[in-house]
Amino acid sequence: MTGLLLSLQGAVAQGIIWGIMALGVYITFRILDIADMTVDGSFATGGAVCAVCIVGGMNPILAVLLAMVAGCICGFITGLLITKFEIPAILAGILTQIGLYSINLRIMGRSNLPLMQSDTVFKSISELTGLSAAQASLVVGVLVVILVIVVLYWFFGTEIGSAIRATGNNERMASALSVNTKTTKIIAIMIANGLVAFSGALVTQSQGYADVKMGVGAIVIGLASIVIGEVLFGNKRGFKLRLTSIVVGSIVYRVIIAIVLRMGMQTDDLKLLSAILVGVSLALPVMMTKRKQVNLYKKLTGKEGK
Amino acid sequence: MLKITKVSKTFNLGTVNEKKAIDQINLTLDEGDFVTVIGGNGAGKSTVLNLIAGVYPIDCGTIELAGENISLYPEYKRSRLIGRVFQDPMMGTAADMGIAENLAMANRRGKKRGLRWGITQHEKETLKKRLEKFDLGLENRLDAKVGLLSGGQRQALTLLMATLQKPKILLLDEHTAALDPKTAKKVLTLTDEIIKEENLTAFMVTHNMKDAITYGNRLIMMNEGKIIFDIKGEEKKNLTVKDLLQKFETATGEELNDDAVLLVKD
Repeated sequence: MTGLLLSLQGAVAQGIIWGIMALGVYITFRILDIADMTVDGSFATGGAVCAVCIVGGMNPILAVLLAMVAGCICGFITGLLITKFEIPAILAGILTQIGLYSINLRIMGRSNLPLMQSDTVFKSISELTGLSAAQASLVVGVLVVILVIVVLYWFFGTEIGSAIRATGNNERMASALSVNTKTTKIIAIMIANGLVAFSGALVTQSQGYADVKMGVGAIVIGLASIVIGEVLFGNKRGFKLRLTSIVVGSIVYRVIIAIVLRMGMQTDDLKLLSAILVGVSLALPVMMTKRKQVNLYKKLTGKEGK
Repeated sequence: MLKITKVSKTFNLGTVNEKKAIDQINLTLDEGDFVTVIGGNGAGKSTVLNLIAGVYPIDCGTIELAGENISLYPEYKRSRLIGRVFQDPMMGTAADMGIAENLAMANRRGKKRGLRWGITQHEKETLKKRLEKFDLGLENRLDAKVGLLSGGQRQALTLLMATLQKPKILLLDEHTAALDPKTAKKVLTLTDEIIKEENLTAFMVTHNMKDAITYGNRLIMMNEGKIIFDIKGEEKKNLTVKDLLQKFETATGEELNDDAVLLVKD
């Protein structure tokens, strides 16, 4: 029983840190209305940059910030491909992601880079407060996530933020209101990937190593967090709650994974589970609407027919 | 105010679908001109509007607006000077944003957007007052999502948004064509009022000959990418639908077939 509790605690901590990545995916997927495949690459870029900096002796907080900048650059490239060169968003993301695989290997010099005995944010906190490693990552995660949500809430309420939302909602309208939609798209994709890399850096510090494959499937995990959040909270609520729901979705996703692993599922099968989870969550609302319509028809027409 | 000189536009140049949409057009609008534009399907009236707005680049010629050569400006840059209402009522507003948010977006047309709040409390009060004048019953639903509004309400809102920052020219692309007759009439009346009140320069494309005669101080008829008829002032006031049909026949040598060109007489 304590084993289960411990693994749940770990799952919650992981869910929170990965939740920052999901918030990034939300910006592109829901606000901008494009599926940005860059994420799988930029997540690992964040991890790689952070690991290299930390191993090189840099302050772990500074390393996270640098990782974030690297993520923004990844987003900038995808944004440029989409807007300036009019490459379809999905393909643009895939191109950057593939390119980043090689770049990430170059950054680390190998495919896996352990942090060894170097300082991490979590270690410092746990030494400072006497909390266990898992508890420390929980505390740091919660604080960081709150900060990120507050900043995002503020940003999307500003003039530029509103222009980004309008771009995603109705690009022609935004354009007619003198919004340079190329710029707004690039800014949004940069912020999104900055958050993704930020999350990748924290994950690296929490697990103690960066791996070139650590971002594989990240986009699906991000989508899973968003749709789970929507299923739990509905998608018509205020923006703050909306952002919170994504982090909660990310936590729930990790808890589900922890439980199925304890029930004896192979780690190799996790990706399939994630894909099915997202597929079903996206399909369900559509199926339910259709079914409701058919039932309504049967109810109304059936009566008159008889 | 607006000066179009020798502008042409050909779509799908060099393919089998090549179509000369606009052919060496010249047009000058004075400040305060309210011109209505009619013509059959494919005459090029919406294309001219879209060329002014910058939806497509022009092939040759120049477009000057308020003394600025905007020929090579991208759409968003021209929008600083231009207010637009689209044919599709869904096009001019952001459905998932609130009424006040949409208005606040429009209130920043032509201005630099920064990290200030997207909408301020004081601004909300001002916007509410502007909305009250429109009498749509929306002034107390400022936070409601625009997606909940009817097509007519959205079109009226778009009209207000297009004129919130006084545009150098207001482009109306058959903006009442998708509305029911009663709503269309109301939006058209609102349009006329606001153009007169603010002394706007306006370019209104329409299918309806009667509307084209009733509204504005100038009327242009287009055919096959050319302006075939341009009338203003007293002469326009005395115009009838019958006159217009006759003008069309003499100008083109063809009989105007209602079904084919989809012009509405009343």
